[in-house]
Amino acid sequence: MVSEPFIPANDGVLITVEDLTMAYGARVIMQNVSFTINYGEIMIIMGGSGCGKSTLLRHMIGLKMPYRGRILFGVADISRVDDAQRRRLLASFGVLYQGGALWSSMTLEENVALPLGEFTDLDARAIRDLVSLKLALVGLDGYQSYYPSEISGGMRKRAALARAIALDPEILFFDEPSAGLDPVSSRRLDDLILEIRDTMNTTIVVVTHELASIFAISDNAVYLDAVTKTMLACGDPRDMAKDPPDPRIYEFLTRGET
Amino acid sequence: MRGDALVVAFAGDWKLAADVPRVAALSLEGSTGQPTSIVVDTDNLGAWDSALLVYIINLRDRCAALNIDLNLDALPPSAVRLLTLADAVPEKASDCEHCDDPNVRERVGQFCLAIFRDVTEMLAFVGECTAAMLRLCCGKARMRRQDFLNSIQDCGPHALPIVTLISFLVGLIIAFLGAVVLKRMAAEFYVSYIVGYGILREMGALMVGIIMAGRTGAAFAAEIGSMKVSEELDALRTLGISPIEFVVLPRLTALVLMMPLLTLYADLIGVGGGWFIAVATLDISHHQFFSGMIDVVGMADLVMGLVKSVVFGVVVAFSGCLRGMHCENRSDAVGAAATRAVVTSITLITITNALIDGIATLYGI
Ligand SMILES: Nc1ncnc2c1ncn2[C@@H]1O[C@H](COP(=O)(O)OP(=O)(O)O)[C@@H](O)[C@H]1O
Ligand SMILES: [Mg+2]
Repeated sequence: MVSEPFIPANDGVLITVEDLTMAYGARVIMQNVSFTINYGEIMIIMGGSGCGKSTLLRHMIGLKMPYRGRILFGVADISRVDDAQRRRLLASFGVLYQGGALWSSMTLEENVALPLGEFTDLDARAIRDLVSLKLALVGLDGYQSYYPSEISGGMRKRAALARAIALDPEILFFDEPSAGLDPVSSRRLDDLILEIRDTMNTTIVVVTHELASIFAISDNAVYLDAVTKTMLACGDPRDMAKDPPDPRIYEFLTRGET
Repeated sequence: MRGDALVVAFAGDWKLAADVPRVAALSLEGSTGQPTSIVVDTDNLGAWDSALLVYIINLRDRCAALNIDLNLDALPPSAVRLLTLADAVPEKASDCEHCDDPNVRERVGQFCLAIFRDVTEMLAFVGECTAAMLRLCCGKARMRRQDFLNSIQDCGPHALPIVTLISFLVGLIIAFLGAVVLKRMAAEFYVSYIVGYGILREMGALMVGIIMAGRTGAAFAAEIGSMKVSEELDALRTLGISPIEFVVLPRLTALVLMMPLLTLYADLIGVGGGWFIAVATLDISHHQFFSGMIDVVGMADLVMGLVKSVVFGVVVAFSGCLRGMHCENRSDAVGAAATRAVVTSITLITITNALIDGIATLYGI
């Protein structure tokens, strides 16, 4: 059930971040961030801890209003759309939060079913089938009746991924998907991300600082720097590594080893 | 002294567990006044750990302040390496949001602003809850039945033991105090009046309100607060589901529905407690107690208590959910949210109780 793309085409550009300044209250976190994300691209947001990666993600999914600047999906500004359009935008997003953010009072089945019940008119039977398909995709079929507190951290991440892809979203947002996972699980998650992109042509935005992931899955990346509070670079991280535009990025991409 | 340099010789073990001297205890005043340099001597140094390093760092700070040269060449090489590591913090936390000490005026200003912000937040939350409530009445709100039932169970049956205990105790106390005073005036008969009036009109609802504030209001704040910290509320928002409808409404409606029932139950138990004391310590028969009570305590008193209980239910659920929703994004803020919920609930219960009593007196109810 791949839905019609609703976001008006804009020369292959899906998301435009324009001169964005982010702040909590009066405390500016990051200023003058501008970049674009194309359809079907995997975009990495990287940078040290606490530099504002999650904050940027929260702006992109409309949880936080920009201090200045705007974020466009096609030509629609996420902070200025009307309710109906906002709902359609939200229906095309899938978000994997940093800690999973599964609803702890619901079983995995109910967790994955909630978005389906919310945005589709499917009957209970169809929803159940879809839920087991999504859980199977992340290797968790059979865990339908478990509560989030009853499974391990890695499984919780995967269950959250199943929930994020429940609606076959056009755009997926991942906040540190491999944080807290062992190297093998983290590698498998990378493969899954690539698989999702290749099979469903999903546009994917990933916040991460895992070098292995960055080089394995990225098409494009932006580097946020906490000291200057600006975006230091935007482009293919492999090019950045070869020809670093800034010593800090070089240090980041080589873990400070020379 | 060696020349005009002061020699600081370390001897024996310098361990955290041992009682080592402090830099402040070191007298820099030699026979010829303040030395121009200090040399460290470690020939007799035994085992050492961070205690030595802290001493050296403090000594260095003191020397820097007094413009004295400090020669550390004699330190063990590993100690020097640790010192270098400690100095190599890439950027010392300098943008000090935490270390400025605001003066009194600033503090008063910030306090007022905080109160203002608090009231604005409360009013906004009242508005949102009312809107969600209206949507619920039109059948448009999204609320899981299961969440509602869980809340009902938690606010109702699970609260019975503590409500039983406290109401019985309050009934006992009222009757006992009444008995002591009334006996002196040979008016023991009126104890049923005091118990009935006191429990039904005031104490029943008030006690249930305060119990629920500590029990359920705090739980609401902690549950919602931890949902906020773990981004569960954000996950709802990105599905276009209002957390107010999904999380607050089931709790609010459950508590408001359960409060009158709990209060009715508490009234029963409280009167039972009073009756127990009256019959046991005073020369009053069961019949006298209850007929006396029915004579003076009317339906109005019972209804008054129930009305109060509904108001307290709204107040407690509202405070709990408000504090939970405004919990900061840190896990240690969840406890603070629960505390604030209880304080807010009890404050608001006191205020609304006084208001209702005032209005009732005004209209002679
Ligand atoms: N709710 C908040 N209120 C105020 N400051 C915040 C809040 N959330 C994050 N911050 C601050 O914003 C900065 C960026 O945080 P975040 O986006 O979470 O970083 P990260 O890149 O590690 O994901 C941090 O310095 C953090 O202290
Ligand atoms: Mg983060």
